[in-house]
Amino acid sequence: MTYLAQRLATFPIILFGVSIIVFLAIRLVPGDAITAMLGTEAGLLTDAQRESLAAYFGIDQPMPVQYGHWAWGLLHGDLGLSVTYGKPVLNVILERFPLTLELAVLAMLIAVVVGVPAGVAAATRNGRFSDLIIRILAMLGQSTPNFVLALLMIFVLSVGFGQMPAMGDFVPLTRDPAGNLAQLILPAITLGFAFAASVTRITRSAMLDVLADDYVRTARSKGASGASVVWQHALPNALIPVVTLSGIEFGYLLGGTVIVEQIFALPGLGRLVLDAITQRDYALVEGAVLFIAANFTVLNLLVDLAYAWLDPRIRLGRPL
Amino acid sequence: MKLLRAIAVHPSGRIGGAIITLFLLLALASLFGLTPYDPIAQHFTDRLHAPGAKYPLGTDLFGRDVASRLMGGIRQSFIVAFLSVAIASAFGTLIGLLSAWWGGWRDAVAMRLMDILLAFPAVLLALLIVAVLGPGTMTSVFAIAVIYTPIFSRVARGPALSLKSREFVEAARTFGSSQRFILTRHLLLNLVGTLIVQVTLALAWALLTEAGLSFLGLGTQPPAPSLGLMLSDSRNLMETAPWLMIFPALAVMFGILGFNLVGDALRDIVDPRTRERQA
Repeated sequence: MTYLAQRLATFPIILFGVSIIVFLAIRLVPGDAITAMLGTEAGLLTDAQRESLAAYFGIDQPMPVQYGHWAWGLLHGDLGLSVTYGKPVLNVILERFPLTLELAVLAMLIAVVVGVPAGVAAATRNGRFSDLIIRILAMLGQSTPNFVLALLMIFVLSVGFGQMPAMGDFVPLTRDPAGNLAQLILPAITLGFAFAASVTRITRSAMLDVLADDYVRTARSKGASGASVVWQHALPNALIPVVTLSGIEFGYLLGGTVIVEQIFALPGLGRLVLDAITQRDYALVEGAVLFIAANFTVLNLLVDLAYAWLDPRIRLGRPL
Repeated sequence: MKLLRAIAVHPSGRIGGAIITLFLLLALASLFGLTPYDPIAQHFTDRLHAPGAKYPLGTDLFGRDVASRLMGGIRQSFIVAFLSVAIASAFGTLIGLLSAWWGGWRDAVAMRLMDILLAFPAVLLALLIVAVLGPGTMTSVFAIAVIYTPIFSRVARGPALSLKSREFVEAARTFGSSQRFILTRHLLLNLVGTLIVQVTLALAWALLTEAGLSFLGLGTQPPAPSLGLMLSDSRNLMETAPWLMIFPALAVMFGILGFNLVGDALRDIVDPRTRERQA
């Protein structure tokens, strides 16, 4: 079986496994579901009311039956009702998702625009002073948690320039693109910084590998100019691992913007999960986690497909 | 010993090693109560004291000594990071080795389970675990361990698979060496290099995650000192008392940097391919 066929075959198994974990995790939460749903008001219920509620939500059924109902709902886009928002979970998620997606896209743009040229520059000046500087910066970037960077940037802005980042009510991209970007630029830089550092490092090491390859030497000896060797011959092949890394990191960002959204008071998906956890809105936690994990899995599959498409050795199942 | 010497010779290894040693000493001092002040003692007359002779790194809103709290925070981060990575590397390596060794359906089942865990973005998995177990230090340890176990299992399984079919393992089998002997002596020993690199990088990441979780209020609970909590508390006092933010921020950054640098050095030392490139 080729690599791709195997990858496609395991995809549904993984989604199934993810749904089981999320389903079980939420049911492992101490205390019964009715109390979890109603909070302190659950104490006012009579036993008969409890039982009828349990029957209504189906939680008097055995676990596999409950899972069956839940999974059937999932397949029809029904993730249940959010107690805090009084709306279907899917609607709440879809309202918040565009912001997180936009943040992740902006961060990736920053990472690629900064990281690829920096990596190429470092590789072509291997061992020289500018290479060292780029490597040190990339190392620092990788070692700075995004929330630390966010705090430092806010600090520099407010103490050094007497300005506060644009917070307050969130402006959607569709209503006011300029205002939206002004709000998102700092969070996007925060998320893009460490990402750019990884892109720089992997571009540099991939370029070093490729520049040592025979075909690059052939191109050089045929008289191709230095710039054309670097940008036309070497870079396209060196970009293969960069594409993989960017795809995976992008997936992480979809689930990893929590802290940055929290610091910059942005109503994205990450903060939705965090709030749902503190408010014990379990249907929402369940739905949002599943939504993000499913996106992440699909994205990883796409990355693998892209990887195979870019590198025929993998597509055709030949040894590397 | 040879490895330590190799790290000391490697330029980034030396810097990283020095940072980690310093942090370990600070954490140990805090563990034995050797901090300038009690990290949770409140000195009400000295609230928001700027760094100076009496309080080297200043005091916070409650008049608690920042230097002592910083040491306590480093201790806390290191305990969480070392515990969780120890658990993850032990379980992950065991799972990876055994599935490579057994192969067949057991390998398939174990690896699909690991794939499922890897299908969650790390931060999200941590949040889900906190949602179930409630916030706290032990929850952080467990969450980070769960996130890293599948990574170690993959790191161990790949090389173990190729080692398994090598001649010296075949030979050991024909000689009648016990399974345990082959697994520990031939497979595990040959994996040590790869695993050490992974452990170091995992420690960097665990420090980061611990700080992140406690920053969100989901890790170590107050009043215990923790770097993430200190950073979170510093947010509203940034302009009046910048030392509340700067020092914990530097501590988090340098702690992670130390492990990343050593991890990089180890990767160069273990992998001869990169060693040649450096030369």
